[in-house]
Amino acid sequence: MTSRPGIAAVATAAVLVLTGCGSANGQADERDLTVFAAASLTDTFTELAERFEKEHPGVEVTTSFGGSSDLVAQIEDGAPADVFASADTKNMGKLGDLATDPRAFAANTLEIATPPGNPAKISGFQDLAEPGTKVVVCTVEVPCGNATAEMEKLTGVDIEPVSEEQSVSDVLAKVTSGDADAGLVYVTDVTAAGDSVTGVELEESGRVVNSYPISVLDGADDAELAQAFVDLVLSETGQKVLADAGFSQP
Amino acid sequence: MPRWLWFPAALAAAFIILPLAAIVLRVDPATLPALVTSPSALEALWLSLRTATAGTALCILLGVPLATVLARTSFRGQGLIRSLVLLPLVLPPVVSGLALLYTFGRRGLLGQSLDLVGIQIPFTTLAVVIAQTFVALPFLVISLEGALRTSGTRYEAVAATLGARPTTVFRRVTLPLVAPGLLSGSVLAFARCLGEFGATITFAGNLPGVTSTMPLQVYLLRVDDPDAAVALSLVLVVVAIAVIGFARHGRAL
Repeated sequence: MTSRPGIAAVATAAVLVLTGCGSANGQADERDLTVFAAASLTDTFTELAERFEKEHPGVEVTTSFGGSSDLVAQIEDGAPADVFASADTKNMGKLGDLATDPRAFAANTLEIATPPGNPAKISGFQDLAEPGTKVVVCTVEVPCGNATAEMEKLTGVDIEPVSEEQSVSDVLAKVTSGDADAGLVYVTDVTAAGDSVTGVELEESGRVVNSYPISVLDGADDAELAQAFVDLVLSETGQKVLADAGFSQP
Repeated sequence: MPRWLWFPAALAAAFIILPLAAIVLRVDPATLPALVTSPSALEALWLSLRTATAGTALCILLGVPLATVLARTSFRGQGLIRSLVLLPLVLPPVVSGLALLYTFGRRGLLGQSLDLVGIQIPFTTLAVVIAQTFVALPFLVISLEGALRTSGTRYEAVAATLGARPTTVFRRVTLPLVAPGLLSGSVLAFARCLGEFGATITFAGNLPGVTSTMPLQVYLLRVDDPDAAVALSLVLVVVAIAVIGFARHGRAL
């Protein structure tokens, strides 16, 4: 019976260790930077984070990617993010004063992604409204969905999607698995997906352009370090990484 | 019992009860009726009830024979089959969704052939039902198999010696004996169907009225309309409480 409190102590200790709680965590010269970025930035920001770690020894960058609106909600609920990069200005705007100094760093346009070889023979935006075509889009709350809705309004083409996904990566997943005939994603997603999708460029793509803002967040643990990351994104190096991935200038 | 156990026990109870209270406290009673009866909420609720009912029916249809075979026979590899059948219970739902996609998806194991005859399952309400059935079936099998083992074969043997055929015995003796177990298993399966999220969003997608069930709706709304998300959550909490009450009444838990 006397061993029970012992077991409890061991269990408590185990929980603390396993969840990374406690104070003896990391050395004094190790610094953490947490970057929240739109799902469409997954590849580029992963690369930029690695560069940043190389340039700043002892700094560990943690990245979290998701739908911009999702990330905004998490930040508003107190997620420990230092930097936020949104896929549109609308979602950055929701943060208000929490975003200290939003600056545009890239722009993106829409493109159709189809399974390799484009089996449904999609040739343009109007084909997406063809009955029987399985089209997956982003839900209107996230930037890619907002852009899709705008494109529908501008072209008068009314898409009836089979699914409205939470982020551009979810759309892409349904296309690469071959279950959707087409998905509306960003130009950069098609580039990043390589051989696993076939892209169909949109004639109208220039009419809806998403501008990507980035900002240090109010309450960043180390505002200087966070600003250094923003500077890297805005620098020539950062802009080259983004351009290589298919992003255009803001 | 040592008296100090009261403290951690109270902590554990509070750990469960507090978050539930928090969601109830978040509800704004003034806007609640309008939010729960909005067309999109009703659409999601109706879809959830329909799919969960269909999923439960499918669970009963498939689960009763399986539980009976597992409880009443013994064959090589039975232990392995039992373990595999219980797997969806512990598998992360998103993995279940991927597994279903690779089975029934357009390029899936069965989906490829189904596609040839014009049947496409992903993005349909049927996909929702399949996802729900996949994750809920083990609940029914587990409770029913337990009930079958506890009830024993005595009455069945007597019925057989009186000249009843196996099918008659199964229908008139076995099933009535385990009716409470079947009922509670079905209620648990229904609850699991109603709460399914991960497998559904991975396999069936998200479209209002077709695949966007209550949990998907809550997930979607929580960002842009937290009040509506909370209101829908409350509905799910109430349904869950009703299910537990029902199952406990039938002494399943």
